[in-house]
Amino acid sequence: MTARIRKIAVNIEETHQEMGKSISPATRKAVAVAVIENPFAGTYVEDLSDLMEIGAELGALLGRKCIEALGISPSEAESYGKSAMVGENGELEHAAAILHPKLGAPLRKEVEKGAALVPSSKKMGGLGQVLDVPLGHKDAAYVRSHFDGIEVRLNDAPRANEIMVAVAVTDSGRPLPRVGGLSAEDAVGQDGLR
Amino acid sequence: MSELSVRKTAYSVEEIFHDGGPRPAQSLRRASAMAVVKNPFAGRYVEDIQWFMEDLKPLGLQMAEKLISLLGGADQIEGYGKGAMIGEEGELEHGALWHAPGGYAMRQMLDPSNAIVPSTKKVVGVGGYLDVPITHINASYVRSHFDSMEVGLSDAPRKNEMSLILVMSTGARIHNRAGGLSAADIEGKDGLR
Repeated sequence: MTARIRKIAVNIEETHQEMGKSISPATRKAVAVAVIENPFAGTYVEDLSDLMEIGAELGALLGRKCIEALGISPSEAESYGKSAMVGENGELEHAAAILHPKLGAPLRKEVEKGAALVPSSKKMGGLGQVLDVPLGHKDAAYVRSHFDGIEVRLNDAPRANEIMVAVAVTDSGRPLPRVGGLSAEDAVGQDGLR
Repeated sequence: MSELSVRKTAYSVEEIFHDGGPRPAQSLRRASAMAVVKNPFAGRYVEDIQWFMEDLKPLGLQMAEKLISLLGGADQIEGYGKGAMIGEEGELEHGALWHAPGGYAMRQMLDPSNAIVPSTKKVVGVGGYLDVPITHINASYVRSHFDSMEVGLSDAPRKNEMSLILVMSTGARIHNRAGGLSAADIEGKDGLR
């Protein structure tokens, strides 16, 4: 089964200064979100493999949208995250089926490597509700400067029979990171953690 | 010397395939550009504010250019709109400074664009959202192109900032069927019909 997509939105945020300090180059984050029909809305379905396939499709599609929006090569991506919000006729487990089994591998192809776990969030929600997508360094989860998030919201989604699926990618960490920890320069990036 | 100080820029592109009805061959795309700038008049009443419009002109041009590129070229653009959100230490009147630099920037790059650029503005707190109106670029009465796009950022505008917004769209509402003047029937001379 392929995703039945009603709309796609791609947002880019660039931070040029903070607390009077210039950020150069600007830090940049992108989030791409697809609003899809929930094929299992309103009924309990035991086998969620159709949603897992949709997850794979959207991992590639939304990852690529983010990379294109940032205008970078895959190797320049630094952090990523994924989230889903399920409309009221669905079930939280539907978000899990989209996000966890199969979305990650095709997303990693779009951003090159991606040794680290893709941080995620999920919730049930209605039209206009905010989805906060967590962000973490794509090759080393402990890189502290890249712990972040990006908000996405669509005033007309998700309808009761829909699911919003979001993927976020950045080419940078927070604007003025100074809480220590593992730095991106010192990360090995082999085990996904450090 | 320009007083313009930009903290953030944000862009959003929406592609709408359907809204519950039959899926048209061509999707509708809408894009917004927002710049979060320092409000030079925050926190006090200033009588003479018009000079700031000069500072905003290059920003308007940059944002219009970016929108055109996000939507694939000037020949793709059929609708536009603009708006401003003013942080709490500012005044609604400060948002009105965006009318000329924002509107004329888009009209300069889109030809023909005889229609007035619809707009809205409000004073908000951080995380405020604005529904920016959209109408046809050459004839305001084209009913199929009446639309809007919601924009906002969780961390803007701060109390001494303004969020300045331009939006463009590539066509009619996705299932438009409310009648009225159609884009094919406009004369395009007076900006209205």
